[in-house]
Amino acid sequence: MRHLLASPRALLLGPRQGPGRRRRLWTAACRRLGAAARLCLLFIVLAVPRAAAVEPDEMLADPALEARARSISQELRCLVCQNQSIDDSNAALARDLRLIVRERLRAGDSDQAVLAFVEARYGEFALLRPKLNAHTLLLWLAPLLLLVAAAAGVIRRTRAAGHAPAKAAAEPLSSAEQQRLAELIKRGRDAAN
Amino acid sequence: MIIELGHFALILALSVALVQMLLPAWGARVGDARLMAVAPPAALAQLTLLAFAFLALTHAFITSDFSVEVVWANSHTAKPLIYKFSGVWGNHEGSMLLWVLILALFGAAVALFGSNLPDTVRANVLAVQAAIAVAFLVFIVFASSPFDRIPPQPEGRGLNPILQDPALAFHPPFLYGGYVGLSMAFSFAIAALIEGRTDAAWARWVRPWTLAAWMLLTLGIAMGSWWAYYELGWGGWWFWDPVENASFMPWLAATALLHSALVMEKREALKVWTILLAILAFSLSLIGTFLVRSGILTSVHAFAVDPRRGIFILAILTLLIGGALALYAWRAPQLRQGGLFAPISREGSLVLNNVLLTVACATVFIGTLYPLALEAITGAKISVGPPYFNLTFGPLMVPLLLAMPLGPLLAWKRGDLLGAAQRLAAGVGLALLAMLATLVLEWRGPWLAPFGIALGAWVIAGPLCEWGTRVKLLAADRGEVVRRAFGLPRSAYGGMLAHAGLGLTVIGIVATSAWREEQVVILRQGERAAIAGYELSFRGVAPRQGPNYQEVVGLMVVTRDGSPVTELAPSKRTFETPRQTTTEAGIHVGWRGDLYVVLGDEQVAGGWVVRLYFNPLVRLIWLGAIVMALGGLLSLSDRRLRIGVPRRARRAIPQAAE
Repeated sequence: MRHLLASPRALLLGPRQGPGRRRRLWTAACRRLGAAARLCLLFIVLAVPRAAAVEPDEMLADPALEARARSISQELRCLVCQNQSIDDSNAALARDLRLIVRERLRAGDSDQAVLAFVEARYGEFALLRPKLNAHTLLLWLAPLLLLVAAAAGVIRRTRAAGHAPAKAAAEPLSSAEQQRLAELIKRGRDAAN
Repeated sequence: MIIELGHFALILALSVALVQMLLPAWGARVGDARLMAVAPPAALAQLTLLAFAFLALTHAFITSDFSVEVVWANSHTAKPLIYKFSGVWGNHEGSMLLWVLILALFGAAVALFGSNLPDTVRANVLAVQAAIAVAFLVFIVFASSPFDRIPPQPEGRGLNPILQDPALAFHPPFLYGGYVGLSMAFSFAIAALIEGRTDAAWARWVRPWTLAAWMLLTLGIAMGSWWAYYELGWGGWWFWDPVENASFMPWLAATALLHSALVMEKREALKVWTILLAILAFSLSLIGTFLVRSGILTSVHAFAVDPRRGIFILAILTLLIGGALALYAWRAPQLRQGGLFAPISREGSLVLNNVLLTVACATVFIGTLYPLALEAITGAKISVGPPYFNLTFGPLMVPLLLAMPLGPLLAWKRGDLLGAAQRLAAGVGLALLAMLATLVLEWRGPWLAPFGIALGAWVIAGPLCEWGTRVKLLAADRGEVVRRAFGLPRSAYGGMLAHAGLGLTVIGIVATSAWREEQVVILRQGERAAIAGYELSFRGVAPRQGPNYQEVVGLMVVTRDGSPVTELAPSKRTFETPRQTTTEAGIHVGWRGDLYVVLGDEQVAGGWVVRLYFNPLVRLIWLGAIVMALGGLLSLSDRRLRIGVPRRARRAIPQAAE
């Protein structure tokens, strides 16, 4: 690995040499890595799918606020992406949304207010957690309804089945059945011995 | 020439499948043994022809024959050989060919190893398999032929770089093995409905196929998740992406089917339900194929976007699923239900398992398709994302995991809950211990996490207690214990292993969700960063030339308490054809978890964005899946499933109920 890097000297003379020297070394390294530098430009133009996207320059100084911003970001959809939250996407639009979220937070909005703000601008589609309303009532209730229905079905079946065995058990075996039972038991014993 | 032969073999396979669909089914109906006997050789012929077609396409990929459209669109001469090979199924047409090849493989397996099946059952099963094959072969031949020629091109357009990865190369064959393997349960269910008869023997035939499919599906899903983890560049391992859900739903249904077939095999109960589940499991596989292949959901796997084909697959879907369900509605009431049991019993616990798994599966289904349905009906656009699934799916899993250790300790017909609980006392102790240890180690952590860890420990402790009970660990002398340990059937060990595997996965999921650490920093050459006790020193970046890409590699020297640990080289790759970049994370695997480093963009003001993550115990997620699959394999090797008869007890001592 190491031989691939700039020069051993650049590695040795690290950042402790003062900012001026460091910058010189850095430019030297960059020149040497001419191809790499061109690639860097390319990286900025081409979005990498699904790389966690929040960039250092976007982040808020207050860690508590930043943490809130991150958790809100995970609730918002990157509208131009395929199933990505703005926290995951590095599309330009996602970045704009992240900045909006942070701006609102800095202005003192509550989490709910921020989500409402984004929804008002971009529609319900932007919310990864669907709101509970007439449209989504069935969606949110479905798991519960299904569970209740399944439980009811099981209980009904066991009830229905529960009556049958009581009757069957109450009826004594006929003499033919008893004879066959004795035969089976005898055969079973013989086989075991 | 080889391509034309492959094309010809494909069309021939379609005609053979037509014969295999019609003659044996008719033979089974009128009782003509000669007509029924057509099925096995036809199944073998179909496999041979499809294998030839597949090899022909593979040959075109490996020799980079750019006069074939699919090869030109998805391959490149500079691509490493393994990806030329995996490129065969890394595109729509080829992956459909793989789909029918695997289907034919399963059909041939029935033809070869199904001699213990009644003739009519085998004939009907193979006829249904052939019907599925006909549907898909018609689709391939008329709507998505991989053998279309174009004027020869000098160079191909290359495979999507995201797919150029060892794990993703083998993810589709496993997943398709699972999807298509469930067709066996489906075919057996249809055969049972046609015959109007099911019994314990039916369940015994169906179970090994379902088990095999389930294993492949487990591994396939785990592989996909692992790939997402290291390739997508931020250590996420599950996104509730529609395409992931499409593979997860058949898995949930197959898991439920495995358990209900157990009840049917041992106790002849739940017959009608098991048949319905068999139909549903494969239907979900078909729906999964449809969702991925039609491009109806645009997602990460959007390399398969083509709506015209979607309509074709939708027609197949309606025909197969609708037909099967109609047959079910018509014939199922005639099936006799048997096997009564009390609510607290092994059967009862398996019913609970089925209720929870089915509802969970339905929840995923509704969450995945709700936005589509809503938009189609009202035009309103909503998103159903991870927060929804976490909120609904999670709570459904909790009772399931809580009940998991109890079920196997209950007796058939009528169980003793108190007795089972007593035998699990050690398990309760272990779970509490795990919770306490978690609290001590991570006292600041989310308050729910210790419960999650305890739940995972409980699921692992269950099989241990079960084993202890069954070998009479505490009650008998050592010789007896050893004899009993060797006497337990492999299927029992398989079940225990699979349950324990899920416990591992649960712990992995909880730990990595609760205590994941993350840092985003800008590092200049020589600067340091620290995370989770590791110190990382950034030694700069360098370009490197790969076989069909260029990359920028960053070097990070990792130390811990001053002593060197490893060197990581996260990189960013740029592929030429198609022009696209991917990130390659640098991952150090430690026993506490993974140190995960991603190289971000270079900053204008100097320095590079570096993302550092620490994912505690994340490996357990996939290790658990591997253990689950091993459990399945062990169970599959059990004589009872292999040969279809249980081993005779060597002595007449009463064995513990299985």
